[in-house]
Amino acid sequence: MFMLKAAVLAAVVVNSVLADELYQPMGKIDHELNNAAKWNLTIFPTGKNLPEGSGSVRQGAELFASQCAACHGQNGRGGSAMALTGDVGSLTSEYPEKTVNSFWPYATTLFDYLRRTMPPQAPFSLTADEAYALSAFILAQDGLVPEDGHLSQQNIHQIQMPNQQGFYTQPRDNLQVMQ
Amino acid sequence: MTLRRRNFLKNSLLPSGGAMIFSLPFRADSQAVPGLPASMQQPGKPFSNYGQPSEYEKTVIRWISANAEVPGNGVSWSPLHELAGTITPNGLHFERHHNGVPEIDPKQHEFVISGLVERPLQFSVMDLLRYPMHSRICFIECGGNSNTSWRTEPVQSAAGYTHGLVSNAEWTGVPVKLLLKEAGVKSEAKWVVAEGADGASLNLSIPLEKLLDDAFIALYQNGERLRPENGYPMRLILPGWEGITQVKWLRQLLLVETPAQSRDETAQYTELMPDGKAQQFSFIMQPKSIITSPSVGMVLPDNPGIYQISGLAWSGFGKVAKVEVSCDGGESWQEASLQTPVLDKAFTRFTIGWQWNGETAILQSRVTDEAGNIQPSREMLVTEKGKHNFFHYNAIISWEVDPSGEIFHVYA
Repeated sequence: MFMLKAAVLAAVVVNSVLADELYQPMGKIDHELNNAAKWNLTIFPTGKNLPEGSGSVRQGAELFASQCAACHGQNGRGGSAMALTGDVGSLTSEYPEKTVNSFWPYATTLFDYLRRTMPPQAPFSLTADEAYALSAFILAQDGLVPEDGHLSQQNIHQIQMPNQQGFYTQPRDNLQVMQ
Repeated sequence: MTLRRRNFLKNSLLPSGGAMIFSLPFRADSQAVPGLPASMQQPGKPFSNYGQPSEYEKTVIRWISANAEVPGNGVSWSPLHELAGTITPNGLHFERHHNGVPEIDPKQHEFVISGLVERPLQFSVMDLLRYPMHSRICFIECGGNSNTSWRTEPVQSAAGYTHGLVSNAEWTGVPVKLLLKEAGVKSEAKWVVAEGADGASLNLSIPLEKLLDDAFIALYQNGERLRPENGYPMRLILPGWEGITQVKWLRQLLLVETPAQSRDETAQYTELMPDGKAQQFSFIMQPKSIITSPSVGMVLPDNPGIYQISGLAWSGFGKVAKVEVSCDGGESWQEASLQTPVLDKAFTRFTIGWQWNGETAILQSRVTDEAGNIQPSREMLVTEKGKHNFFHYNAIISWEVDPSGEIFHVYA
């Protein structure tokens, strides 16, 4: 690409040229972008990009009571905001409830979403330890983490969510149909 | 009146009659031509730096529905039932935000392409403005548009306030494929995680194939720079695809091998099917049409009378091929006229005249797209997708006109 840029510039300097598809590449190359935390916010199901840290169900319970229960209810249900817990196994019933524990396929998604959006008035205010603790507390409400358990960079991506197989993952619409 | 003008009038008019002529322009009603409107007998208001709609159009507004505790999480519907033509005015384009509209200084905004590329790249807004731009008119529809129609009873809100999480604009920006070529896509890359710089830092996985096809980063909306609520200073445009994928306030394209499984591609924007499994990645918006006038909440003044039926049709699969209209609940169909040009993955306006005989009538429209997809009946949609799908509702919409001229939303 450097060569292309040089060629384009040379053309401009040596011979003034008008042409379609002629433009100056403007991107600034920076290999550090692939390491910087602020450009690697997305947490993948493999555990990629999980920050160091850990938190227990017990720590999560305290934090949840003070920071989350007002909207989400005492145990993550019954509040004004979306139910987070309970209703595991309800998806085929007459009244399916899509909670974190009944519906979300990966625990890493919970950590990712907590960190970037919660609480809504202060996204990214939770420390990694706090986000692990809250994730542990929420998952523990349906036995996905033991009451005396904890979650960390080492184990959160190993949690098997009840509905992990509950998705059709192939894009529904074949791109070729678009032609 | 300024002193200078007073002097001018005095000097020029006094010789021929003085006070009587001086008072002429201030008479309430013209003696020379009786019956003229006041607007023709006085100067109008001065120029404006940025024009606003008429004072008499104050009721033509987006309708907001947001979370009481988190006012930045919600939607505003576009008033489709008040609009004509196909272009949605910028101030009336629908909104869906997950944590409010960020205020972004374009001089501070950073946009990055990273991950599985040969050369991770950083761009400023000024950088992007140097690239060749292209413009395209296309619709954007929220995957949750019309979602109250999954309920067992039809809601009676105005047409746009039930089905108006869809809008159509001319977007101008830089093709993503130019930037990806510059970065050098590695062969392992299959998906791209797009991320916004808002208070939800919304992240979503998109197949690389789409970004190398017709995706572009829009900087302009209907000729002016993007409105803040539509992603200022830059947003992704993926023609024909679900609104959630067209990430606003775009800060990053991260090239990866597999999807992120973010909250908005798992917990939300997935379609719960009758077997309890949910369809992920249903990106393309299915063909859909709606009669915007006459529609629910309006009253027909003459019974019987002749009325103009007008509506909108669109499909994420391509151009609208035809729109049929029924006034008898689908017993018979008549092909409507399409406003030209009919554009790919864009709103198409259809019209047809209707002579109402004054009896109960059910008005419906049904679109067929160029790929051969036909808008389904509600019964067909619910049979295929169940009652709890919540997203991607595109069934035929029915308005029942009763003999008094009142119009109701019905399932038919």
